[in-house]
Amino acid sequence: MSTVFIPTVLRPSVGGNKQVELGGESVGDLVTALVEQYPSLRPQLLTDDGDLNRFVNVYVNGQDVRYLDGLKTPVGERDEVRLLPAMAGG
Amino acid sequence: MPKTYADLLREARSQIREVTPQDVGALPDGDAAIIDVREASEWEQGHLPGAVHISKSYVEQQIEAAVPDRDAPVVLYCAGGVRSLFAAQTLQQLGYSNVASMSGGFQAWKSAGLPWEAPVILSAEQKQRYSRHLLIPEVGAAGQTRLLESKALLIGAGGLGSPAALYLAAAGVGTIGIVDFDVVDLSNLQRQILHTNERIGERKVESARRSIEALNPDVKVVTHEEMLLADNVERIIHGYDVIIDGTDTFETRYLLNDAAVAKNIPVIHASVFRFEGQLTTFVPYEGPCYRCLYPTPPPPELAPGCSVAGVLGVVPGIMGMLQANEALKVLLGIGDTLAGRLLLFDALDSTFTELKLRRDPACPVCSTEAAAARAAGRPLPIPSFAAASAGATSEPFVLGSQA
Repeated sequence: MSTVFIPTVLRPSVGGNKQVELGGESVGDLVTALVEQYPSLRPQLLTDDGDLNRFVNVYVNGQDVRYLDGLKTPVGERDEVRLLPAMAGG
Repeated sequence: MPKTYADLLREARSQIREVTPQDVGALPDGDAAIIDVREASEWEQGHLPGAVHISKSYVEQQIEAAVPDRDAPVVLYCAGGVRSLFAAQTLQQLGYSNVASMSGGFQAWKSAGLPWEAPVILSAEQKQRYSRHLLIPEVGAAGQTRLLESKALLIGAGGLGSPAALYLAAAGVGTIGIVDFDVVDLSNLQRQILHTNERIGERKVESARRSIEALNPDVKVVTHEEMLLADNVERIIHGYDVIIDGTDTFETRYLLNDAAVAKNIPVIHASVFRFEGQLTTFVPYEGPCYRCLYPTPPPPELAPGCSVAGVLGVVPGIMGMLQANEALKVLLGIGDTLAGRLLLFDALDSTFTELKLRRDPACPVCSTEAAAARAAGRPLPIPSFAAASAGATSEPFVLGSQA
Protein backbone atom coordinates (compact mmCIF):
# COMPACT_ATOMS: atom_id res chain seq x y z
CA MET A 1 0.00 0.00 0.00
CA SER A 2 1.12 3.55 -0.73
CA THR A 3 0.17 6.59 1.33
CA VAL A 4 -1.48 9.44 -0.55
CA PHE A 5 -1.31 12.75 1.35
CA ILE A 6 -4.35 14.94 0.79
CA PRO A 7 -3.97 18.73 0.97
CA THR A 8 -6.38 20.73 3.12
CA VAL A 9 -8.41 22.07 0.20
CA LEU A 10 -9.18 18.56 -1.04
CA ARG A 11 -9.95 17.01 2.34
CA PRO A 12 -13.68 17.82 2.28
CA SER A 13 -13.87 15.52 -0.77
CA VAL A 14 -12.25 12.60 1.04
CA GLY A 15 -14.23 12.64 4.27
CA GLY A 16 -11.74 14.94 5.97
CA ASN A 17 -8.89 12.42 5.73
CA LYS A 18 -5.37 13.79 5.79
CA GLN A 19 -3.98 10.68 4.15
CA VAL A 20 -5.42 7.68 2.36
CA GLU A 21 -3.80 4.24 2.01
CA LEU A 22 -4.24 2.84 -1.50
CA GLY A 23 -2.94 -0.08 -3.48
CA GLY A 24 -1.67 0.18 -7.05
CA GLU A 25 1.40 -0.19 -9.20
CA SER A 26 1.52 3.32 -10.65
CA VAL A 27 0.52 6.87 -9.78
CA GLY A 28 -2.33 6.44 -12.28
CA ASP A 29 -3.57 3.36 -10.41
CA LEU A 30 -3.60 5.29 -7.15
CA VAL A 31 -5.38 8.30 -8.64
CA THR A 32 -7.95 6.00 -10.26
CA ALA A 33 -8.52 4.19 -6.97
CA LEU A 34 -8.82 7.52 -5.20
CA VAL A 35 -11.41 9.03 -7.54
CA GLU A 36 -13.38 5.76 -7.58
CA GLN A 37 -13.53 5.86 -3.81
CA TYR A 38 -14.23 9.61 -3.73
CA PRO A 39 -15.93 10.56 -7.04
CA SER A 40 -16.20 14.26 -6.18
CA LEU A 41 -12.39 14.45 -6.40
CA ARG A 42 -12.34 13.55 -10.08
CA PRO A 43 -12.90 17.03 -11.60
CA GLN A 44 -10.41 18.51 -9.15
CA LEU A 45 -7.62 16.11 -10.10
CA LEU A 46 -8.26 15.02 -13.67
CA THR A 47 -9.19 16.59 -16.96
CA ASP A 48 -12.10 15.22 -18.99
CA ASP A 49 -9.52 13.17 -20.91
CA GLY A 50 -8.24 11.57 -17.73
CA ASP A 51 -4.94 13.49 -17.56
CA LEU A 52 -3.73 15.22 -14.43
CA ASN A 53 -4.91 18.82 -14.18
CA ARG A 54 -2.01 21.22 -14.71
CA PHE A 55 -2.78 23.06 -11.48
CA VAL A 56 -2.29 19.98 -9.30
CA ASN A 57 1.24 18.72 -8.80
CA VAL A 58 1.86 15.11 -7.78
CA TYR A 59 5.05 14.07 -6.02
CA VAL A 60 6.30 10.56 -5.33
CA ASN A 61 8.77 10.55 -2.46
CA GLY A 62 9.40 14.26 -2.99
CA GLN A 63 9.88 14.05 -6.79
CA ASP A 64 7.48 15.70 -9.25
CA VAL A 65 5.90 12.99 -11.45
CA ARG A 66 5.92 15.42 -14.40
CA TYR A 67 9.68 14.78 -14.51
CA LEU A 68 9.35 11.06 -13.84
CA ASP A 69 6.80 9.17 -15.92
CA GLY A 70 3.60 11.11 -15.19
CA LEU A 71 0.65 8.90 -14.30
CA LYS A 72 2.70 5.87 -15.38
CA THR A 73 5.29 6.53 -12.66
CA PRO A 74 5.61 3.28 -10.70
CA VAL A 75 4.89 3.27 -6.99
CA GLY A 76 5.81 0.61 -4.47
CA GLU A 77 5.09 -0.36 -0.91
CA ARG A 78 5.50 2.49 1.57
CA ASP A 79 5.97 5.12 -1.15
CA GLU A 80 4.64 8.55 -0.23
CA VAL A 81 2.49 10.27 -2.81
CA ARG A 82 1.59 13.90 -2.27
CA LEU A 83 -1.04 15.94 -4.09
CA LEU A 84 -0.11 19.61 -4.10
CA PRO A 85 -2.32 22.38 -5.41
CA ALA A 86 -1.11 25.99 -5.69
CA MET A 87 -2.08 28.31 -2.86
CA ALA A 88 -2.32 32.09 -3.16
CA GLY A 89 -2.87 33.29 0.39
CA GLY A 90 -0.47 35.79 1.83
CA MET B 1 64.85 30.25 33.52
CA PRO B 2 61.76 32.12 32.38
CA LYS B 3 61.76 32.83 28.68
CA THR B 4 62.09 36.37 27.36
CA TYR B 5 60.15 37.94 24.51
CA ALA B 6 63.24 37.52 22.33
CA ASP B 7 63.29 33.78 23.13
CA LEU B 8 59.65 33.40 22.19
CA LEU B 9 60.14 35.31 18.96
CA ARG B 10 63.16 33.17 18.02
CA GLU B 11 61.15 30.03 18.68
CA ALA B 12 58.27 31.26 16.56
CA ARG B 13 60.59 32.16 13.69
CA SER B 14 62.12 28.70 13.81
CA GLN B 15 58.71 27.02 13.70
CA ILE B 16 56.78 29.18 11.25
CA ARG B 17 57.43 29.54 7.56
CA GLU B 18 57.60 33.20 6.50
CA VAL B 19 56.54 34.51 3.10
CA THR B 20 57.17 37.94 1.59
CA PRO B 21 54.43 40.38 0.57
CA GLN B 22 55.48 39.78 -3.03
CA ASP B 23 54.91 36.01 -2.57
CA VAL B 24 51.45 36.68 -1.16
CA GLY B 25 50.65 39.22 -3.87
CA ALA B 26 51.52 36.63 -6.53
CA LEU B 27 49.08 34.04 -5.14
CA PRO B 28 46.10 33.52 -7.42
CA ASP B 29 42.80 34.62 -5.82
CA GLY B 30 41.45 32.02 -3.47
CA ASP B 31 44.68 29.96 -3.38
CA ALA B 32 45.18 30.68 0.31
CA ALA B 33 43.07 32.07 3.12
CA ILE B 34 44.56 35.46 4.03
CA ILE B 35 43.88 36.27 7.67
CA ASP B 36 44.48 39.74 9.12
CA VAL B 37 45.15 39.32 12.84
CA ARG B 38 45.46 43.02 13.75
CA GLU B 39 43.02 44.92 15.94
CA ALA B 40 39.75 46.19 14.44
CA SER B 41 40.97 49.80 14.52
CA GLU B 42 43.97 48.85 12.35
CA TRP B 43 41.84 46.78 9.94
CA GLU B 44 39.58 49.78 9.40
CA GLN B 45 42.52 51.83 8.14
CA GLY B 46 42.97 49.39 5.26
CA HIS B 47 43.76 45.75 4.55
CA LEU B 48 44.80 43.27 1.86
CA PRO B 49 42.11 42.64 -0.77
CA GLY B 50 40.16 39.48 0.02
CA ALA B 51 41.56 39.20 3.55
CA VAL B 52 39.42 38.05 6.47
CA HIS B 53 39.76 39.91 9.74
CA ILE B 54 40.22 37.86 12.91
CA SER B 55 41.90 39.76 15.76
CA LYS B 56 44.77 37.81 17.31
CA SER B 57 42.77 37.63 20.52
CA TYR B 58 39.95 35.77 18.71
CA VAL B 59 42.06 33.45 16.54
CA GLU B 60 41.38 30.30 18.58
CA GLN B 61 37.63 30.94 18.65
CA GLN B 62 37.06 32.01 15.06
CA ILE B 63 39.59 30.28 12.79
CA GLU B 64 37.66 27.01 12.48
CA ALA B 65 34.64 28.82 11.06
CA ALA B 66 36.78 30.90 8.69
CA VAL B 67 39.02 28.00 7.56
CA PRO B 68 37.33 24.65 8.22
CA ASP B 69 39.95 22.63 6.31
CA ARG B 70 43.05 22.19 8.48
CA ASP B 71 45.19 21.34 5.44
CA ALA B 72 44.19 24.48 3.53
CA PRO B 73 46.98 27.02 2.97
CA VAL B 74 46.67 29.95 5.38
CA VAL B 75 48.70 33.18 5.39
CA LEU B 76 48.52 35.38 8.46
CA TYR B 77 49.62 38.98 8.60
CA CYS B 78 49.65 41.83 11.08
CA ALA B 79 51.19 45.30 10.97
CA GLY B 80 54.88 44.36 11.15
CA GLY B 81 55.07 40.55 11.00
CA VAL B 82 55.45 39.68 14.71
CA ARG B 83 51.89 39.13 15.99
CA SER B 84 51.16 37.00 12.95
CA LEU B 85 54.08 34.70 13.85
CA PHE B 86 52.62 34.04 17.28
CA ALA B 87 49.11 33.65 15.87
CA ALA B 88 50.52 31.14 13.35
CA GLN B 89 51.92 29.07 16.23
CA THR B 90 48.42 28.93 17.68
CA LEU B 91 47.09 27.65 14.35
CA GLN B 92 49.77 24.97 14.27
CA GLN B 93 48.72 23.89 17.76
CA LEU B 94 45.18 23.63 16.42
CA GLY B 95 46.40 21.27 13.72
CA TYR B 96 46.66 23.61 10.73
CA SER B 97 49.38 22.05 8.60
CA ASN B 98 50.07 24.75 6.00
CA VAL B 99 50.42 28.05 7.86
CA ALA B 100 52.68 30.94 6.91
CA SER B 101 53.27 34.43 8.29
CA MET B 102 53.80 37.41 5.98
CA SER B 103 57.11 39.04 6.90
CA GLY B 104 57.03 42.79 7.41
CA GLY B 105 53.21 42.73 7.67
CA PHE B 106 50.86 45.29 6.18
CA GLN B 107 53.54 48.02 6.38
CA ALA B 108 55.85 46.06 4.09
CA TRP B 109 52.88 45.26 1.82
CA LYS B 110 52.06 48.93 1.37
CA SER B 111 55.76 49.90 1.00
CA ALA B 112 56.01 47.37 -1.84
CA GLY B 113 53.23 49.27 -3.63
CA LEU B 114 50.87 46.32 -3.55
CA PRO B 115 47.12 47.04 -3.72
CA TRP B 116 45.04 47.37 -0.57
CA GLU B 117 41.53 48.46 0.23
CA ALA B 118 39.75 50.30 3.02
CA PRO B 119 36.56 48.77 4.39
CA VAL B 120 33.33 50.76 4.64
CA ILE B 121 33.27 51.90 8.24
CA LEU B 122 30.25 51.23 10.42
CA SER B 123 29.46 53.99 12.90
CA ALA B 124 29.87 53.32 16.63
CA GLU B 125 26.08 53.07 16.93
CA GLN B 126 25.89 50.63 14.00
CA LYS B 127 28.62 48.48 15.54
CA GLN B 128 26.50 48.21 18.66
CA ARG B 129 23.19 47.73 16.83
CA TYR B 130 24.55 44.97 14.61
CA SER B 131 27.05 43.53 17.13
CA ARG B 132 25.45 40.07 17.06
CA HIS B 133 25.84 40.03 13.26
CA LEU B 134 29.42 41.28 13.45
CA LEU B 135 30.31 38.36 15.71
CA ILE B 136 29.21 35.82 13.06
CA PRO B 137 32.11 35.10 10.69
CA GLU B 138 29.71 34.57 7.76
CA VAL B 139 28.30 38.08 8.20
CA GLY B 140 30.87 40.28 9.93
CA ALA B 141 31.48 43.91 9.02
CA ALA B 142 31.70 43.14 5.30
CA GLY B 143 28.35 41.32 5.32
CA GLN B 144 26.69 43.99 7.41
CA THR B 145 27.93 46.65 5.03
CA ARG B 146 26.54 44.61 2.17
CA LEU B 147 23.13 44.44 3.88
CA LEU B 148 23.16 48.20 4.49
CA GLU B 149 23.79 48.73 0.77
CA SER B 150 21.08 46.21 -0.26
CA LYS B 151 17.57 46.84 -1.50
CA ALA B 152 14.69 44.48 -0.77
CA LEU B 153 11.16 44.87 -2.15
CA LEU B 154 8.15 43.52 -0.30
CA ILE B 155 5.06 42.86 -2.38
CA GLY B 156 2.34 43.22 0.22
CA ALA B 157 2.54 44.55 3.78
CA GLY B 158 0.23 41.84 5.08
CA GLY B 159 0.58 38.52 6.88
CA LEU B 160 3.80 37.46 5.15
CA GLY B 161 5.20 40.93 4.55
CA SER B 162 4.86 42.04 8.18
CA PRO B 163 7.38 39.70 9.83
CA ALA B 164 9.63 39.79 6.77
CA ALA B 165 9.72 43.61 6.84
CA LEU B 166 10.44 43.78 10.55
CA TYR B 167 13.28 41.25 10.47
CA LEU B 168 14.86 42.67 7.32
CA ALA B 169 14.67 46.14 8.88
CA ALA B 170 16.15 44.89 12.14
CA ALA B 171 18.93 43.18 10.17
CA GLY B 172 19.85 46.49 8.58
CA VAL B 173 18.79 45.94 4.98
CA GLY B 174 19.40 49.52 3.90
CA THR B 175 16.48 50.05 1.54
CA ILE B 176 13.10 48.38 1.95
CA GLY B 177 10.45 49.01 -0.68
CA ILE B 178 6.83 48.19 0.08
CA VAL B 179 4.08 47.71 -2.48
CA ASP B 180 0.54 47.80 -1.07
CA PHE B 181 -2.56 49.75 -2.02
CA ASP B 182 -4.70 48.70 0.94
CA VAL B 183 -5.56 50.32 4.27
CA VAL B 184 -5.24 48.74 7.71
CA ASP B 185 -8.38 46.83 8.72
CA LEU B 186 -9.23 45.47 12.17
CA SER B 187 -9.31 41.92 10.73
CA ASN B 188 -5.66 42.31 9.63
CA LEU B 189 -4.33 42.68 13.15
CA GLN B 190 -4.69 38.98 14.04
CA ARG B 191 -1.47 38.40 12.04
CA GLN B 192 -0.18 41.57 10.32
CA ILE B 193 2.15 42.71 13.09
CA LEU B 194 3.50 45.72 11.19
CA HIS B 195 0.23 47.50 11.95
CA THR B 196 -1.49 48.60 15.15
CA ASN B 197 -4.94 49.27 16.49
CA GLU B 198 -4.37 53.03 16.32
CA ARG B 199 -3.63 52.80 12.60
CA ILE B 200 -6.90 51.22 11.47
CA GLY B 201 -7.92 53.05 8.32
CA GLU B 202 -4.37 54.27 7.67
CA ARG B 203 -2.61 53.36 4.44
CA LYS B 204 -0.62 50.16 4.97
CA VAL B 205 2.51 51.51 3.31
CA GLU B 206 2.55 54.45 5.73
CA SER B 207 1.85 52.24 8.74
CA ALA B 208 4.68 49.95 7.60
CA ARG B 209 7.01 52.93 7.21
CA ARG B 210 6.29 54.07 10.78
CA SER B 211 6.93 50.61 12.23
CA ILE B 212 10.16 50.13 10.29
CA GLU B 213 11.54 53.58 11.06
CA ALA B 214 10.70 53.15 14.74
CA LEU B 215 12.67 49.89 14.75
CA ASN B 216 15.71 50.98 12.74
CA PRO B 217 16.36 54.52 11.47
CA ASP B 218 19.19 53.16 9.26
CA VAL B 219 16.56 51.82 6.86
CA LYS B 220 15.30 53.93 3.98
CA VAL B 221 11.66 52.99 3.33
CA VAL B 222 10.33 53.43 -0.20
CA THR B 223 6.55 53.24 -0.44
CA HIS B 224 4.73 52.18 -3.59
CA GLU B 225 1.06 52.77 -2.87
CA GLU B 226 -0.28 51.07 -5.95
CA MET B 227 -1.47 47.71 -7.17
CA LEU B 228 1.15 45.70 -9.01
CA LEU B 229 0.01 45.68 -12.63
CA ALA B 230 1.44 44.78 -16.02
CA ASP B 231 2.10 48.43 -16.84
CA ASN B 232 3.94 49.32 -13.61
CA VAL B 233 5.64 46.10 -12.50
CA GLU B 234 8.91 46.71 -14.37
CA ARG B 235 9.20 50.24 -13.01
CA ILE B 236 8.45 49.18 -9.44
CA ILE B 237 10.85 46.23 -9.22
CA HIS B 238 13.70 48.01 -11.03
CA GLY B 239 16.89 48.30 -8.97
CA TYR B 240 15.96 45.91 -6.17
CA ASP B 241 18.31 43.05 -5.24
CA VAL B 242 15.64 40.68 -3.94
CA ILE B 243 11.82 40.54 -3.87
CA ILE B 244 9.64 39.05 -1.13
CA ASP B 245 6.39 37.80 -2.63
CA GLY B 246 3.71 38.19 0.01
CA THR B 247 0.75 38.78 -2.30
CA ASP B 248 -2.49 36.89 -2.08
CA THR B 249 -3.63 36.55 -5.67
CA PHE B 250 -2.43 34.27 -8.44
CA GLU B 251 -2.60 37.07 -10.96
CA THR B 252 -0.06 39.16 -9.04
CA ARG B 253 2.17 36.15 -8.40
CA TYR B 254 2.40 35.28 -12.12
CA LEU B 255 2.85 38.94 -13.07
CA LEU B 256 5.67 39.36 -10.56
CA ASN B 257 7.32 36.09 -11.61
CA ASP B 258 7.42 37.00 -15.29
CA ALA B 259 8.85 40.47 -14.65
CA ALA B 260 11.39 39.30 -12.05
CA VAL B 261 12.72 36.54 -14.34
CA ALA B 262 13.12 39.09 -17.16
CA LYS B 263 15.01 41.44 -14.79
CA ASN B 264 16.97 38.57 -13.21
CA ILE B 265 15.88 39.38 -9.64
CA PRO B 266 15.43 36.52 -7.14
CA VAL B 267 11.93 36.18 -5.66
CA ILE B 268 11.33 34.64 -2.24
CA HIS B 269 7.95 33.01 -2.57
CA ALA B 270 5.56 31.97 0.19
CA SER B 271 1.86 31.26 0.40
CA VAL B 272 -0.39 30.17 3.24
CA PHE B 273 -3.71 28.38 3.70
CA ARG B 274 -5.22 27.79 7.15
CA PHE B 275 -2.53 25.69 8.90
CA GLU B 276 -0.26 25.21 5.88
CA GLY B 277 2.49 27.14 4.22
CA GLN B 278 4.62 26.74 1.09
CA LEU B 279 8.01 28.39 0.60
CA THR B 280 10.67 28.45 -2.09
CA THR B 281 13.23 30.79 -3.60
CA PHE B 282 13.07 31.47 -7.31
CA VAL B 283 16.54 32.35 -8.60
CA PRO B 284 16.12 33.14 -12.31
CA TYR B 285 17.83 30.63 -14.63
CA GLU B 286 19.46 28.79 -11.69
CA GLY B 287 16.30 27.12 -10.46
CA PRO B 288 12.70 26.86 -11.58
CA CYS B 289 10.35 29.85 -11.67
CA TYR B 290 6.75 30.09 -10.48
CA ARG B 291 5.44 29.00 -13.89
CA CYS B 292 7.66 25.90 -13.81
CA LEU B 293 6.14 24.99 -10.44
CA TYR B 294 2.53 25.85 -11.27
CA PRO B 295 2.01 26.21 -15.03
CA THR B 296 -1.60 27.30 -14.54
CA PRO B 297 -3.59 28.67 -11.63
CA PRO B 298 -6.23 26.46 -10.02
CA PRO B 299 -9.92 27.23 -10.20
CA PRO B 300 -11.08 29.54 -7.41
CA GLU B 301 -12.84 26.83 -5.41
CA LEU B 302 -9.49 25.06 -5.02
CA ALA B 303 -7.58 28.14 -3.93
CA PRO B 304 -9.52 30.48 -1.70
CA GLY B 305 -7.57 33.38 -0.16
CA CYS B 306 -7.11 34.04 3.56
CA SER B 307 -10.20 36.25 3.75
CA VAL B 308 -12.34 33.34 2.54
CA ALA B 309 -10.60 30.29 4.00
CA GLY B 310 -8.98 31.80 7.08
CA VAL B 311 -5.45 31.27 8.33
CA LEU B 312 -3.88 30.67 11.72
CA GLY B 313 -2.14 34.00 12.34
CA VAL B 314 1.20 32.51 13.25
CA VAL B 315 1.47 30.56 9.97
CA PRO B 316 2.20 33.61 7.77
CA GLY B 317 4.38 34.79 10.67
CA ILE B 318 6.56 31.67 10.42
CA MET B 319 6.59 31.64 6.63
CA GLY B 320 7.35 35.38 6.45
CA MET B 321 10.33 34.93 8.75
CA LEU B 322 11.59 32.05 6.63
CA GLN B 323 11.28 34.41 3.65
CA ALA B 324 13.40 36.97 5.50
CA ASN B 325 15.96 34.24 6.18
CA GLU B 326 16.10 33.33 2.49
CA ALA B 327 16.40 37.02 1.53
CA LEU B 328 19.29 37.59 3.93
CA LYS B 329 21.14 34.57 2.49
CA VAL B 330 20.59 35.82 -1.06
CA LEU B 331 21.83 39.30 -0.11
CA LEU B 332 24.85 38.00 1.82
CA GLY B 333 25.66 35.25 -0.69
CA ILE B 334 25.90 32.63 2.05
CA GLY B 335 24.38 29.20 2.66
CA ASP B 336 22.06 27.26 0.38
CA THR B 337 18.79 28.86 -0.62
CA LEU B 338 15.59 26.95 -1.34
CA ALA B 339 16.16 27.34 -5.10
CA GLY B 340 14.88 24.07 -6.59
CA ARG B 341 13.23 22.98 -3.34
CA LEU B 342 9.71 23.59 -2.04
CA LEU B 343 9.34 23.61 1.73
CA LEU B 344 5.91 22.70 3.09
CA PHE B 345 4.98 23.59 6.66
CA ASP B 346 2.10 21.98 8.52
CA ALA B 347 1.34 23.87 11.71
CA LEU B 348 -1.03 21.21 13.08
CA ASP B 349 1.60 18.48 12.90
CA SER B 350 4.58 20.82 13.32
CA THR B 351 6.20 19.15 10.32
CA PHE B 352 8.30 20.43 7.45
CA THR B 353 8.34 18.48 4.17
CA GLU B 354 10.70 19.15 1.29
CA LEU B 355 9.85 18.54 -2.36
CA LYS B 356 12.24 18.68 -5.30
CA LEU B 357 11.45 21.28 -7.95
CA ARG B 358 12.79 21.36 -11.48
CA ARG B 359 13.04 23.90 -14.26
CA ASP B 360 10.53 23.23 -17.00
CA PRO B 361 12.57 23.06 -20.23
CA ALA B 362 9.46 24.31 -22.05
CA CYS B 363 8.72 27.15 -19.59
CA PRO B 364 7.36 30.16 -21.51
CA VAL B 365 9.23 32.52 -19.15
CA CYS B 366 12.53 31.04 -17.92
CA SER B 367 13.52 28.42 -20.49
CA THR B 368 16.60 29.03 -22.62
CA GLU B 369 14.32 29.56 -25.60
CA ALA B 370 12.20 32.08 -23.70
CA ALA B 371 15.25 34.04 -22.52
CA ALA B 372 16.67 34.12 -26.06
CA ALA B 373 13.33 35.27 -27.48
CA ARG B 374 13.15 38.04 -24.88
CA ALA B 375 16.71 39.14 -25.66
CA ALA B 376 15.76 39.29 -29.34
CA GLY B 377 12.81 41.54 -28.50
CA ARG B 378 10.24 38.88 -29.39
CA PRO B 379 9.09 37.38 -26.06
CA LEU B 380 7.28 34.04 -26.26
CA PRO B 381 3.54 34.24 -25.79
CA ILE B 382 2.54 33.52 -22.20
CA PRO B 383 -0.78 31.80 -21.58
CA SER B 384 -3.22 34.51 -20.62
CA PHE B 385 -4.92 34.28 -17.29
CA ALA B 386 -8.39 33.69 -18.65
CA ALA B 387 -7.13 31.07 -21.09
CA ALA B 388 -5.09 29.36 -18.39
CA SER B 389 -8.01 28.94 -16.08
CA ALA B 390 -10.52 28.19 -18.84
CA GLY B 391 -9.23 24.65 -19.16
CA ALA B 392 -9.74 24.11 -15.47
CA THR B 393 -13.21 25.43 -15.01
CA SER B 394 -16.07 26.83 -17.02
CA GLU B 395 -16.42 29.62 -14.49
CA PRO B 396 -14.39 32.79 -15.08
CA PHE B 397 -11.34 32.98 -12.87
CA VAL B 398 -12.05 35.09 -9.83
CA LEU B 399 -9.11 36.67 -8.09
CA GLY B 400 -8.69 35.98 -4.41
CA SER B 401 -9.53 39.00 -2.30
CA GLN B 402 -6.98 40.94 -0.32
CA ALA B 403 -6.17 39.28 2.99
